[in-house]
Amino acid sequence: MGVFFEQLINGLTIGSFYALIALGYSMVYGVLKLINFAHGDFFTLGSYIGYTLLVFAVSFITAHFGLWGGLVAALLVAAASVALVGVFVERVAYRPIYPAGRLPAVVSALGASIVLQNAIMVIWGPRYQAYPAALIPNVHLQIGNIHITLLQILILVLSFALMGILYTIIQRTTFGAAVRATALDRDTASLMGINFNRIIFFIFTLGPALGAMAGVMVGMYYRQISFAMGWNYGLKAFTATILGGIGNLPGAMFGGLILGVLEMFGAAYISAAWKDVFVFLILILVLIFRPTGLFGEKVAEKV
Amino acid sequence: MESSRSQGSGRFFGSRQGTLMAVVAAFFIYPFVVGDYHIDIAFFFGIYALLGLSLNIVLGEVGLFDLGHAGFYAIGAYTTAILNTKYGIPVLLLLPVSAVAAGLFAYLVCSPIIHLRGDYLCIVTIGMGEIVRLALINNPLDLTGGPNGVFGIDFPSLGGIFVIDSPIKYYFLIWTVVALTIIGLLRLQKSRIGRAWNCIREDEVAAGSSGIDVRHYKLLAFMLGAALAGVAGNIYASKLMCVSPESFTFWESCLFFCIVLIGGMGSIPGVLIGAAAISLFPEILRPFAMYRMMFFGIAMILMMMFRPGGVWPRKRGEGAP
Amino acid sequence: MNGSSPAVLETRNLTKIFGGLTAVGRFDLEVRQGEILSLIGPNGAGKTTVFNVVTGIYRPEEGQVLFRGEDITGWKPHQIVKRGVARTFQNIRLFPNMTCLENVVAGQHSRGASGVWSSIFRTRSQRVEESRFFEKADRCIDRVGLSRFRNELAKNVPYGRQRMLEIARALACEPALLVLDEPSSGLNAVETEELMRFLEDLIREDALTILLIEHDMNVVMGISHRVAVMEEGRKISEGRPEEIYRDPRVIEAYLGKEEN
Repeated sequence: MGVFFEQLINGLTIGSFYALIALGYSMVYGVLKLINFAHGDFFTLGSYIGYTLLVFAVSFITAHFGLWGGLVAALLVAAASVALVGVFVERVAYRPIYPAGRLPAVVSALGASIVLQNAIMVIWGPRYQAYPAALIPNVHLQIGNIHITLLQILILVLSFALMGILYTIIQRTTFGAAVRATALDRDTASLMGINFNRIIFFIFTLGPALGAMAGVMVGMYYRQISFAMGWNYGLKAFTATILGGIGNLPGAMFGGLILGVLEMFGAAYISAAWKDVFVFLILILVLIFRPTGLFGEKVAEKV
Repeated sequence: MESSRSQGSGRFFGSRQGTLMAVVAAFFIYPFVVGDYHIDIAFFFGIYALLGLSLNIVLGEVGLFDLGHAGFYAIGAYTTAILNTKYGIPVLLLLPVSAVAAGLFAYLVCSPIIHLRGDYLCIVTIGMGEIVRLALINNPLDLTGGPNGVFGIDFPSLGGIFVIDSPIKYYFLIWTVVALTIIGLLRLQKSRIGRAWNCIREDEVAAGSSGIDVRHYKLLAFMLGAALAGVAGNIYASKLMCVSPESFTFWESCLFFCIVLIGGMGSIPGVLIGAAAISLFPEILRPFAMYRMMFFGIAMILMMMFRPGGVWPRKRGEGAP
Repeated sequence: MNGSSPAVLETRNLTKIFGGLTAVGRFDLEVRQGEILSLIGPNGAGKTTVFNVVTGIYRPEEGQVLFRGEDITGWKPHQIVKRGVARTFQNIRLFPNMTCLENVVAGQHSRGASGVWSSIFRTRSQRVEESRFFEKADRCIDRVGLSRFRNELAKNVPYGRQRMLEIARALACEPALLVLDEPSSGLNAVETEELMRFLEDLIREDALTILLIEHDMNVVMGISHRVAVMEEGRKISEGRPEEIYRDPRVIEAYLGKEEN
């Protein structure tokens, strides 16, 4: 049982990374029907910015804000700067291309991904970088025979808080209703006076910001980051998005968590080498029987 | 009245005969005036052209988002690699075998998922491609050699007399295959099959109600596309003499996708242009060293900004080839 | 039309439910050889759903569809087309980026057999089949008067012509039964008149049978041999046009009950 709960916690931890990234995919997909391939690289960029802050501003930050202040600053600065990059990428690489349809936008998104990934490589170098161990809380907890770390608890609390905030904004505020309306029917929404560009601005700040925070947390959790890691996390997060049902935000969150848990259980009970195969097989099986994802609505096509 | 039924090859070789002859002549002369390095670049252009043509059947003709095409390519390459190195079967004999293996694989994996729509199909093809790659890395039954792959694949040879063992011979091998493929695909485009594919892309429901078996033609497209990718895998494996999982990543699938979209969906000349762009750009940008992939990405964005329908979109109706 | 003509299409006890909502319930209909039968009723009565079940787009929860006595319930659309039922759609579904001729040739698909190899090698039988396809398509396109648009992309053809193009595609399927969903919607008075004459020609010259959904009462009264009326998924009346015209249940369904 101990192993089970430990793997559950481990799974939820990486699942919450996937979920935070998946939210960005899902918001963009919901509103623009665009698979934003650059989103995984927003995540990487966040991770690197957090790394830089922690490494180069160690003495300054800790002197003024303490260890916790340093971590919070890293998260916030990474989120804010990646949000800026997100808006910039949308303006430059996507906005001029939406009118041409969704497929050209996919190519442009791939192009943006290549540019970001290689920019990160040029700036920080092609080798792995290590998060400074001294600045990461390293407390182990023993509850019964379950072994977890303080960092895992912090990650889970922060991730769930962020997801909760986003969920509240989307489901409970007028602005969230506008976002949902735009996702359902962009033309009608704009006839209702909803400013499309404001919605775009919102999803391209919040999505990358959430991804960036996930990036900083991944850096702290695994201690090691590489310029190409966004590709893999992005792919998993996109899988989570679809698993939950495209454009369905709670679906994306659950999809991410489920994916993380499946991955860890697959690794623990089947084989670490085959865990990703296991995850993709589950995805395919789910879609065979529920063609619009776990939480996607079953819509009969209007003929 | 000599309508579109026979104009496929007719017009193509007719009004544009001059241009076409010049292009073909250039292809023949090219390998004799440049060095091996540049012949190899043109060889990989040919491989990408074949892969682009194969994906174009699925993506361009039928409009199915296949982002796992590298999986089919891998099946072809590994079929050749394993059967050649373990059992000594000649590479050239394995060319049709690889095609059939990849086609059969496509049939098996696509049958249960072919009813999925748009992006759901897309993610399943991504998953399929990743499963293939991860399986190759994990070395099941000790067949695939794990992350290192399989080494020591033979040169293709015709009964031991004519051996394809130099860059120039490989160049002619791949481009002969590409040329034959193009002729076949141009004929398919102007046939009952090609029209059925296009109808499905345009409107699936209307296609079914016009008497087209939507499921059958979607599967057929996947199988043919996979088989052609399998052929590309065979030639690629023997050219490199080794195969490893890192040649068949999701990134490769994305490149194939870009080839079709840069050229123009469903357009065969477009695919050639797309393949040229994808294989030659990184070479042209080589002087920019570590910045070259950034320029490559920027070029992709700019291309879609100014030619969203592709460089050479397929034309229909009056004046169509 | 006399009542003794054999039934071409028959639905028995047809029921289609969408998420707990019965769109069509226990619906019986008989379309007889050589007649034009109009299915009318208020919006949301379930007329199009009946069409979609008959042409294989939806699978019914209950009941049967018989075509010339054969049970075709739950068949795929292309199988039903091959048996001889062709249709058009309420909101016109053409292949927009293909030429008019290609659109119509698509209708011939189920009348051919050539496959990948015969197409690649251009075998004799494949070439014969292709020329047969295109001759037939040309005839269909001429018939609806669209010859001058044959090489235009379908999306560039005026709306009224698109309706006729869709009918031409259905005719190219070589059907015995033509199922038309609101063929006159969006047509102007002249075009509607042409459409009516055209449908009557089809019955007379091609021995076709036509089932149509129609809102334009001039068309319904002008060309139908019989009319069936639906309301809330059920058939509430059936008969000759003049009978239907006077039926109090029909008047009530359309105009609401008169309150006294």
